[in-house]
Amino acid sequence: MSTKTVAATIPTIPLNARLSRWFGRNLLRIYMFFGFSYLFIPVAYTFAFSFNDSGKSNLIWKGFTFDNWQNPCGAPQICEALGNSIKIGFLATVFSTILGTMIAFAIARYKFAGRSSSNLLIFLPMATPEIVLGASLLSLFLVFKVNPGFWPTVIAHVVFCISFVVVTVKARIASLDPRLEQAAMDLYANEVETFRRVTLPLVAPGIAAAALLAFSLSFDDFIITNFNSGTMTTFPKFVYVSAARGIPAQANVIGSAMFFLALAIVIAGQLVSRKKAR
Amino acid sequence: MTLPKVPVPYLLLLPGFAFLFTFFILPIINLAQTSTQTAIVGGDTGQYEQSFAFSNYINAFLENKEQFGRSFIYASLATVFALAIAYPLAYAIAFKSGKYKNILLVLVVAPFFTSFLLRTVAWKQILGEEGFLVPTLRSLNLMGEQTTITSTSIAVVAGMTYNFLPFMTLPLYASLERIDPRTIEASGDLYANAITTFRKVTVPLSMPGVVAGTLLTFIPAAGDYVNAAILGSPNTKMIGNVIESRYFKIVDYPTAAALSFTLMVAILILVTLYIRKAGTDELV
Repeated sequence: MSTKTVAATIPTIPLNARLSRWFGRNLLRIYMFFGFSYLFIPVAYTFAFSFNDSGKSNLIWKGFTFDNWQNPCGAPQICEALGNSIKIGFLATVFSTILGTMIAFAIARYKFAGRSSSNLLIFLPMATPEIVLGASLLSLFLVFKVNPGFWPTVIAHVVFCISFVVVTVKARIASLDPRLEQAAMDLYANEVETFRRVTLPLVAPGIAAAALLAFSLSFDDFIITNFNSGTMTTFPKFVYVSAARGIPAQANVIGSAMFFLALAIVIAGQLVSRKKAR
Repeated sequence: MTLPKVPVPYLLLLPGFAFLFTFFILPIINLAQTSTQTAIVGGDTGQYEQSFAFSNYINAFLENKEQFGRSFIYASLATVFALAIAYPLAYAIAFKSGKYKNILLVLVVAPFFTSFLLRTVAWKQILGEEGFLVPTLRSLNLMGEQTTITSTSIAVVAGMTYNFLPFMTLPLYASLERIDPRTIEASGDLYANAITTFRKVTVPLSMPGVVAGTLLTFIPAAGDYVNAAILGSPNTKMIGNVIESRYFKIVDYPTAAALSFTLMVAILILVTLYIRKAGTDELV
């Protein structure tokens, strides 16, 4: 009998002591399991309810269907909102990545008068709550009689994305081995060539990570957008507005699709960098 | 004719800083200006003139001190809970996950990509009256008929803890991952047990991550109004909800500006004190 053989191999330790030892050894693993469950419960819920044959309000499970996935634009305005979010995200990413990368190089590579106040100027937008950023920009637009809408939203997004780009790219530049650039110079590359063929390729993963971060911050932003977008809808605004009367299942489809798309991009990026490392 | 040579770093900084000056510094100055305005006598709604009414601040604060207090209590609680959940998680990923490290790290960030509003609404439905949790707990007599989970301050704090968890986990992981495992071995060689090693070696070395993580959680949490709006009730309103409604529903710009400015200054003071105390300037 199996119980007997177990008892025979570990004869002196009683069951509860063995159990508590097993817990002690696997405590972190158990903890990780619960931690990740906590993180993924609402994601799983969103995904599951994207298959709900719900009709208007997606509150109660009514049956399984692929209809929502086949017709993601089925709910009024939802794809217009999604399109706006993607356009704003793209523009905000391009502008904030260019401006932020330039600032990161200046701060990480040069010693100059005003360097510490530059650092402070980069830190301040991160230390300002979104609602203050959003409200203050709206006040400025109102003073200059600029109507809130698409471009004011892009500008607002660039403001809060720049700092995150600077911090990310700066960390990458700081971790570079300076000997690589010295070697390029020793091999008669001039400064421009060294930058183009050694420094920039080495910093590129940091810039890519910063751009991805900027896009996801912009795409998911609600508070600042709500202040500066006027009557234009974005995807988060769409969800917020429809939350009161029930969110259409198509929103779950788009949220889940974004999740899998982003996961695929990140995993592909990991694979590429692993291949390069070899 | 040759142009005077401007040093390279200033050229690199110029476009970005011009942008930040126009769309970050100027708006803040303008906000300060708006905050002391008063309504034009006989004017339309939304028309204000400058009258240096600093009493706006006192009135705005006294009218909303409850919401201010709530914002700071909720944000502090959410930060503490997030730290308690994220630290072991980041520790496990950094030290105990071997070859799965990168995958687990991606999984921490992954929920981010489903819109945070969708996830917050999902929590509302999971914990709500029509979800399956509440009826189950009621049928097991673990919960009274009258008690609810949503529309309470617990739900709001839980929502904030959940939404800002990745902001806490990532910096913690970054600083834990940087710890040289030899320092931990050395501590063991010097007869420290696991707990002492954790307390005297691991925790101090991870402090930059703790500081960055708590700031990245506390600051957005203190100004948040989405969790309170979706998961809370009128009794859980935070200062963000007040600012939002002053702007859009009441069109009372001076009060909204005074509240925003007070919130920003309060947070800046707290952050400065905290960074001084924690003794790290990695973020700045």
